[in-house]
Amino acid sequence: MTLLAFDWILMVEKLILIAIIVFASLGIALYTTFAERKVAAILQDRPGPNRAGPFGLLQPFADGLKLIMKEEIIPNSSNKALFILGPGLAMTAALMTCSVIPWSSHVELFDRKIDLQIADINIGILYIFGVVSLGVYGIMIGGWASNNKFSLMAALRGASQAISYELAMGLSLIAVLMISGSLSLKTIVDEQMAAGSLWNIAYQPLGFVIFFICALAECNRTPFDLPEAENELNFGYHQEYSSMKLGFYLFSEYINMIMSSAVMACLFFGGYDIPFLNEATLSPNFAAILGLLALLTKIVIFIFVFMWIRWTIPRFRYDQLMNVGWKKLIPLALFNMLLTGALILWKQG
Amino acid sequence: MQALTSRGKEVSRKPMSFMERLYIPSILKGMAITFSHIFKKQPTIHYPEQKREFSPVFRGLHVLNRDEEGRERCTACGLCAVACPAEAITMEGAERLEGEENKYREEKYAAKYEINMLRCIFCGLCEEACPKDAIYLSETFAPANFTRKGFIYGKEDLLIPDPITAPEEFAKARGAHRNN
Repeated sequence: MTLLAFDWILMVEKLILIAIIVFASLGIALYTTFAERKVAAILQDRPGPNRAGPFGLLQPFADGLKLIMKEEIIPNSSNKALFILGPGLAMTAALMTCSVIPWSSHVELFDRKIDLQIADINIGILYIFGVVSLGVYGIMIGGWASNNKFSLMAALRGASQAISYELAMGLSLIAVLMISGSLSLKTIVDEQMAAGSLWNIAYQPLGFVIFFICALAECNRTPFDLPEAENELNFGYHQEYSSMKLGFYLFSEYINMIMSSAVMACLFFGGYDIPFLNEATLSPNFAAILGLLALLTKIVIFIFVFMWIRWTIPRFRYDQLMNVGWKKLIPLALFNMLLTGALILWKQG
Repeated sequence: MQALTSRGKEVSRKPMSFMERLYIPSILKGMAITFSHIFKKQPTIHYPEQKREFSPVFRGLHVLNRDEEGRERCTACGLCAVACPAEAITMEGAERLEGEENKYREEKYAAKYEINMLRCIFCGLCEEACPKDAIYLSETFAPANFTRKGFIYGKEDLLIPDPITAPEEFAKARGAHRNN
């Protein structure tokens, strides 16, 4: 009977946690679209959206409502099943990443210790990479099913870009894993939190730069937004999409942005660690809330940097993109990996 | 070959140095420039709440003027319609009857006076042509309407409020810069 003994309370607890995290991610993504417009406006000396609600805070809801109310067009020549599957896949893949991110330490409620992480799997980072790779299918399927030359071109670009940059990303990550010796995000964060240890950025500055550039490319953000190059591909892989299906694609991009910011914060900036503060001295619930706020602050800073870069740097040409990815980042990441390995061996004596 | 202007600049064909090829310094420079714009003053005028100051010669929508006793100045002479290059003005004259002396200043008045705001080019020639100071262009602008017909302004839209019965509206319609 032990096999059937099932911790129902754990199940409920996780379900509630999943609901909270998914809806919170969606809410944050909603406001990231707003933040994007505001940041763009402020960097260009404009006030930005300020009509809907106080300071324009209801603007994302107005945008969402507009997208939902729009006519939904499925082109006659498209592959209808795949056409619908595309945005769904993009959105699912984007949301699935949030399951292994440790949002904070743990809270103690009703005599239970609740980890603020949906699943602390010991291959957390590999899982993220796997799911992020699935996101390419959203782009590929959407672009191909549209049966449109430009969409297909954009989808091909998106896929080749994602594949090229995932390599450098993975290689830069190996150096971090050599230091922490674990693939679980929670362990990586806990090691950075431990007294006397520094954040991984101190050991891996080059690795972080490579990872950051690759994250930009993975999220299809400027200067790597080639799949959406308006001037050469009209609108990119979501050209034939309308209504909320288009909204899903745009939305998944923002969720990807949040998740990659969260991953970067966890891997290189101590996750929910607050610098110069020993969390063990606080009560666990208070520490958990502070930790969550710290992680969110780090995410917000990363998102701002993403946007700041978007409104500063023009887009790469396709050959430049491939050049940077294969000829610069991968050798650099390999060098970083070898250097880290050599240093670790040298330290061990 | 002689240069066309003195502002020509020789282009450097020197191959880029290693630091230049890294692009990172220039990227950081660009990022610093965009960041500095956060602290710049925005030139935006938040339109319906804030309005821009008009120049004294601004030409907005037309107003049919009254004299200080509140009588209409227009005598339907038709000079404005003749002067109008866009042919936006039409009018019909009528004779003033006994007992209407407090409504119309002269013996003749405009029974119907219409300006098609879609045709009008706001050149102000009607204002210059008018011998009676009866029409001028105000500071009101950007008319909005749902139908084309709505843009044909009749006398009830154009006539300035009576300075005796409604002095406040009169002053508002006259505009800040008007002194005659």
